[in-house]
Amino acid sequence: MDAIFIQILNGLDKGAAYALIALGLTLVFGTLGIVNFAHGALFMLGAFCAVTFQKLVTLSVKVRDEGVTAFVAYKEQPYLETWFGDTGRIIIDYSVPLSILLAIPFMLLVGYVMERGLIKHFYKRPHAEQILVTFGLAIVIQEIIKAYFGANPIPQPAPEILAGSANVGAWVGLGNNLVYPWWRLIYLCFSGLIIFSVFAFLQFTTYGMVVRAGMRDRETVGLLGINIERRFTVVFAIAAIVAGVAGVMYTPILPPDYHLGMDFLVLSFVVVVVGGMGSLGGAVLAGFLLGIVQSFASMNEVKEIFPGIDQIILYLVAVVILLVLPRGLMGRAGVMDD
Amino acid sequence: MTNTKKPLLNDTFVVIIFAAAILAMPIWLDPIGGNYPDLLQKFAIYGIFAIGFNILFGLTGYLSFGHAAFLGVGSYAAVWSFKLLTMNVLPAVIFGVVFAGILAAIIGFLSLRRTGIYFSILTLAFAQMSYNLAYSVLTPITNGETGLQLARSDPRILDSLFSDGSVGAGLPSTDLFGETMSGYPGFYFCAVLLIICFYISMRIFRSPFGLMLKGIKSNQNRMRYTGLNTRPYMLTAFIISGMYAGLAGSLLAVTDPLAGAERMQWTASGEVVLMTILGGAGTLVGPMLGAGLIKYFENIFSSFDDNVLTQAFSFLPDSVVDFVVPVVGLFVGSGWHLTLGLLFMIIVIFLPGGLVEGFRRIFNYFRSGGKTKPQSVEAHNQAGE
Repeated sequence: MDAIFIQILNGLDKGAAYALIALGLTLVFGTLGIVNFAHGALFMLGAFCAVTFQKLVTLSVKVRDEGVTAFVAYKEQPYLETWFGDTGRIIIDYSVPLSILLAIPFMLLVGYVMERGLIKHFYKRPHAEQILVTFGLAIVIQEIIKAYFGANPIPQPAPEILAGSANVGAWVGLGNNLVYPWWRLIYLCFSGLIIFSVFAFLQFTTYGMVVRAGMRDRETVGLLGINIERRFTVVFAIAAIVAGVAGVMYTPILPPDYHLGMDFLVLSFVVVVVGGMGSLGGAVLAGFLLGIVQSFASMNEVKEIFPGIDQIILYLVAVVILLVLPRGLMGRAGVMDD
Repeated sequence: MTNTKKPLLNDTFVVIIFAAAILAMPIWLDPIGGNYPDLLQKFAIYGIFAIGFNILFGLTGYLSFGHAAFLGVGSYAAVWSFKLLTMNVLPAVIFGVVFAGILAAIIGFLSLRRTGIYFSILTLAFAQMSYNLAYSVLTPITNGETGLQLARSDPRILDSLFSDGSVGAGLPSTDLFGETMSGYPGFYFCAVLLIICFYISMRIFRSPFGLMLKGIKSNQNRMRYTGLNTRPYMLTAFIISGMYAGLAGSLLAVTDPLAGAERMQWTASGEVVLMTILGGAGTLVGPMLGAGLIKYFENIFSSFDDNVLTQAFSFLPDSVVDFVVPVVGLFVGSGWHLTLGLLFMIIVIFLPGGLVEGFRRIFNYFRSGGKTKPQSVEAHNQAGE
């Protein structure tokens, strides 16, 4: 029972990451009709926002170490600590969540520039060309990151208060030896919040309503005198922000390196396709579903029966779903049928 | 094809020129620093890979993201043939092609039920499955992360039948009836196969079968309405394309007898897509051109480092050198992928037909005496659009 509960949590956690990336991917596809292979790179850019922010706040100066009296010793002291004392120390401690403040404007800018500068010209081009050009872009972004940050993963600590584990077992009455890292729980809640806000934005605001109408039939919406392209640019930027903040929050779980985006890209494409291209609910559902399936497949008990199943289960599920349900779990008719 | 216009070159002539160009590569690549056997072999091998990929993508428009799986299987089959049967390369190549063909038949049978991006994702999923399995469960066959290698203690049944079975010091090397397959002989072996492959691919392009595939690309539904079952044609194209990839994989093993799972990773599939698009999908020589260009730049650019650059720019004033070298250094050496990505984006944005399309435009421009004029119908046909 304990093991199963833990695996469900693990699966939800993994699924949350998949779902967040897939949500942006499918949002862009549903609105702009663009298959964006650079979406994983946006996730990675978000993660490196956190790295940059941490580097910024920990810019240090050498000061005399008063603790050592035997000889003259120096230690690195971040400027923030010198200037603000304890407040500075707290800022440094909370650098990962705070870097969202950097990530949002940055990703907004990146998304806007990318859409206006490149994606706009590919609306009417075939999907194969969209895939190829965004794939090229992904390589470029990845290599630039590699040139500036090196090829090694850069660990990002979670805030100290959240570094330990939560006694999850006691909450649900399963005994005291069932613990789970705080940060992963936070990540889970955070992604729930993000997913909810994206849905709320599309469902309950007039702006979102127009966007949804545009997803159905952009021509008619355009005929009504609404500048639908402008709204779609905003949607692209939102998708970039979602990927970016997902990347920021994921850094304490997995130290980011330059090919983080590519690693997640393939899986999140599988997620999107399993959910059904252009279906938001499908992407979220498929994300959590595949996350849970994957974490159950990596249990030792399962691996003993089917060796190697944990390595291929995602793709296996994807293949089966695609062969049985041609449009994925919740895909609409008429999308990508050509 | 009832072309009223006579083609510029007839087919036999094209093959002869192509063969001459390939076989003379050691000569004309010498001045630009491309003349060493390892690189030449890669040109030929990846040329085969790209030509094969083009038969599927260029003719039918189905974008497979899983071709690396066939490359990997070809390599494994070839190395196993070296280990179990003989160091002669012919059986290895045949096994590589056959096993890749079988795998392609299975994957194609399932994946071709879907079109568009669903097809891409299905092939990608199958390739990633093969890759992950090769790394984990299939370790007895693939030797996991280390990669499959030859060993002195391998049985080599056929070899031991015909010789006294004594193995010289060190590992045996691959051969073709006594001729060692490393260095230039290896290149010429690959080159001959490449020319044969090119000829076959040309015959396919010109055949009714090829026309059928082009028809599927331009409008599959209409093909179906005429009462044609497109599936067998697609499957045949997929298998042929997979066999080309298997051949390329086995040749990789012939020139360097080891096989690793990383050959099956999806980035390897992406690479062949890049090659084909760069050269020009749907054209005959385009994929070969793209493959050669990418492999050439990979070798030349990645060997540059800051020292070489400082020397190259030494004619400039020092302050300029200090600025130029780091900037250029971004694009060469380990960062040459950046150049590749940029080049690739530029090609897709401005020249969707690839380099061949570019050459054709230049050619037309000069032929029409400096006036740009709309492309001829024939040029459109050739691009396979």
